[in-house]
Amino acid sequence: MQPWMMPGWMGAGVLLFAVAQPAAADTTLNALFMKQAAYSDDDIKSMTADFEKSHPGLRVTLELVPFEALHDKIVATNGAGAEGYDVVLFDVTWPAEFAKHGFLKDVTDRIPADLVGQVFDGAWSTVTTGERRWGMPWILDTKYLFYNKAMLAKAGIAAPPRTWAELADDAQRIKDKGIVPYPIVWSWSQAEALVVDYSAITAAYGGGYGENGKFAFDQGAPLAALTYMKSTLDRGLSNPNSTEYLEEDVRTVFSNGDAAFALNWTFMYGLANDPKESKIVGQVGIVPAPGIEGKAAVSAPNGSMGLGIAAHSAHADEAWSYIQYLTSRPVQDKYAKLSLPIWKASYDDPAIARGQEDLIAAARLALPELSPRPVTASYQELSAILQKALQQALLGQATPEAALHRATDAAARLR
Amino acid sequence: MMRRSLGFNIMIGVAVTVLVVVTLAPLLWLFIMSISAPVELTRIPLHWLPDRPDFSRYARLFGLTGDAAGTSFLAALRNSLVVSFSATAIALAAGIPAAYSFSRFRGRMGLLYGFLGVYMVPPVAFVLPLYMVFSQLGLLNNVVALIAVYCTILLPFSTWLLKNNFDAVPREIEEAAQMDGAGLLGAIRHVTLPLARPALAAAALFALLLAWDEFFYALIYTNDLRAQTLPVAIADFAAGRATDYGLISAVGVLAALPPVIIAFFLQRSLVSGLSAGGIKG
Amino acid sequence: MSARRDRFQAWLLLAPMLAIMLGVTAYPIARTVWLSFTDAGLSGDSSWVGLANYGDALSNPDYQDAFARTLYFTGISVSLEIVLGVLVGLLLNERFPGRAFVRALMVLPWALPTIVNAMMWRLILNPQYGSLNALLTQLGLLAKYRSWLGDPASAMNMVILADVWKNYSLVALIVLAALQTIPQDLYEAARLDGAGAWTRFWRITLPGILGPLSVALVLRLIEAFKVFDIIYVMTRGGPADGTKTVSFYVYEESFTYLRAGSGAAYAVTVACVSGLLIATYILQLRRQGRA
Repeated sequence: MQPWMMPGWMGAGVLLFAVAQPAAADTTLNALFMKQAAYSDDDIKSMTADFEKSHPGLRVTLELVPFEALHDKIVATNGAGAEGYDVVLFDVTWPAEFAKHGFLKDVTDRIPADLVGQVFDGAWSTVTTGERRWGMPWILDTKYLFYNKAMLAKAGIAAPPRTWAELADDAQRIKDKGIVPYPIVWSWSQAEALVVDYSAITAAYGGGYGENGKFAFDQGAPLAALTYMKSTLDRGLSNPNSTEYLEEDVRTVFSNGDAAFALNWTFMYGLANDPKESKIVGQVGIVPAPGIEGKAAVSAPNGSMGLGIAAHSAHADEAWSYIQYLTSRPVQDKYAKLSLPIWKASYDDPAIARGQEDLIAAARLALPELSPRPVTASYQELSAILQKALQQALLGQATPEAALHRATDAAARLR
Repeated sequence: MMRRSLGFNIMIGVAVTVLVVVTLAPLLWLFIMSISAPVELTRIPLHWLPDRPDFSRYARLFGLTGDAAGTSFLAALRNSLVVSFSATAIALAAGIPAAYSFSRFRGRMGLLYGFLGVYMVPPVAFVLPLYMVFSQLGLLNNVVALIAVYCTILLPFSTWLLKNNFDAVPREIEEAAQMDGAGLLGAIRHVTLPLARPALAAAALFALLLAWDEFFYALIYTNDLRAQTLPVAIADFAAGRATDYGLISAVGVLAALPPVIIAFFLQRSLVSGLSAGGIKG
Repeated sequence: MSARRDRFQAWLLLAPMLAIMLGVTAYPIARTVWLSFTDAGLSGDSSWVGLANYGDALSNPDYQDAFARTLYFTGISVSLEIVLGVLVGLLLNERFPGRAFVRALMVLPWALPTIVNAMMWRLILNPQYGSLNALLTQLGLLAKYRSWLGDPASAMNMVILADVWKNYSLVALIVLAALQTIPQDLYEAARLDGAGAWTRFWRITLPGILGPLSVALVLRLIEAFKVFDIIYVMTRGGPADGTKTVSFYVYEESFTYLRAGSGAAYAVTVACVSGLLIATYILQLRRQGRA
């Protein structure tokens, strides 16, 4: 290169730089997450900081809200038709409703075909309606059966129960030995948690809430599940206060040593082993939720959440790159303590299992069997109908058949 | 000056004791929860005092440990103070002349009842339409939006309360002042308001607490610490599946303090010096 | 002083309040009323359905139950608040050592944010570890721990307890302020005439405080009827819908089921019934010549 060309090149360089500047101005994404939904708030903030570092020019404003407010806020911003959020976290039961009202962008075409096989099917069901996908699964969660090792040993029970019938029998033995008055504690308050427990047991009995858009809860598996739940209350095996409890209360009772068995999400595992929060450190056992002899080996209610692009977002591509980053295997593996990865291969990685071998062992059996709650665009209303019916039966205000019959009638009236 | 019988005095003493106990007991328990470790609260039988009082939560909330909880709390406290005081000030500034108008001039009462009617609609109904309006104005996540909404919540009742109290203030003194050249506003300022001071204090306190307490609008209209008020911050602390009840109790204790301090200063105004003789004589 | 000038002054004084109220609420009110006659969802198409939403609302048996529950809540909690408020207001008017302290104390329950109040009572009423159970069993008043908020029979009453505990002090303070305006010589004269305590209360105190007390009553009636926050936090409508009130219905229709039209109709019915109750009360007052 001749020396006299230098100023020319430099001039060109300066010109390019000047032109490129406006394009490098920061784009800001607004992201809506849930507080302490599996991942801790700090985890989410560091994931985001790392994303911003590796994607210069993109900034993300985080908003973390309680679970109830999550649905309310998505509704409010879509009602206003304004930009609002670019990326939103949504619960497994919302895609049908959101698809119907057009709250999320369809991202089916953004997901490469070879990616599909690498992620658990149950995870995909979190973000799929029919043939369309509305986001990437991000938080994979299911309820496990936790048990108190010391109590089981005292009762002479060698291995944790593998079917619901065995669970009841084991609980009876523990109760008869006087180890604890009410061996099983559940989250059966009038809230979504109740439907989660119910759907887990229903899935074990064979699932099937009805066909062709007509729900039928008063027969088959749905009825058997509720009958089972009520019988554990009648036999004094289940803590009668369960009808008032949410997941947090289940954790408190179990961690205090007042229950031998509890059904709860991944988050309880770490906390039950934390000496500041629990009196039973080191006694916490975890296995997949029980199945039914001859029908299912395990049950695993799908409590996952997915990340999607909000319908009115003006930065769809940037939003997608953020979602891709958060759901990528390296990031998921790095933060695999409070929420397990969606990638099948991660579960063979010893680094993931370190310190939580029991949890990973249980997860490997449970996650492939993730089962959904009833799928419908009117899920919120269906869930409310079910919650009321289940509570009526559990509180003894109506027989299981009658309560579920009324629920079926009410569900038929849904549009 | 009347002398009170011993029996009466005893009755008063007992009543006051019961009152204080009933009022303080839950609050004391709240305070005790805020300094107890979670495992202590689940003991049966329950011990009423913690073995090891733990004040760390208060340290966290005041930002002494650099905890995120402290940042949230202090920012929320600031926002609550700004929103509550501004809304109260504006509501009173608009409410006092309005109450005077309803009280002294005949007619137009239908308007006041109309506003009370608006107050009767569950706030939940207005959240979405107002959300749209504020969104278009770019006022979401801004204390101004909350102040505007709270004013409309505080005005109807404060005005009505003040109107009722203004009714009790005799007109003759006002008219006398006006004839002495005070003018309408002057009469209000120098005659009516001083005589209605207890009512003013009550209305101000009521408005302040209503604004301090409001939860649902704040939850929906705010996104982050720039505008979130204390009730939203508390909901955030209680969210998620792992809850520290001690922390929530601590926030509760602290969140109740500012209104109590204000009330303490205002309580002298609540009792004006209208004992012997009075003005109605 | 011309009537015209009076009217002008009256409106001028009203102007700031009018500006604020209309500026902020005119659009939401209009939109809510309009929505109530349509079958609008959250966005997009909607068609006029006339009074269909109202018909559905009033004939919905669940809504009727919620209505009954709300009336129960309103009736009991407001009555308790008024009675306790008047008694405490009278008490605070007496002279006793530490009076200033007790008066300041009265603000505490009221100053506690509703959401903290709800959580506090939920913890106190916890069936397994709560302090109420602990207190009652340690005092020997209760045999064993029981469920308070999970029992459909007692849940609503516990919510009422939490609500009354927080709100009766407002009534007390209003009554106290009103008591200051009653001249003491009236009592002197009555005593000299030989009137007993009850007569003095009925003839002097009550008429004196009736104005502000009515205002407090109406306020509490309105607030109780549209109660939402405390139920949202304490029980979320359970157990088995045992504490679901009409406001909750509005919330569910609009936010959970995304049926804006229906939600608006429910909201309007709540306001109408509220208005009816209060209008009846005010007419009663007028008829007795005391408004």
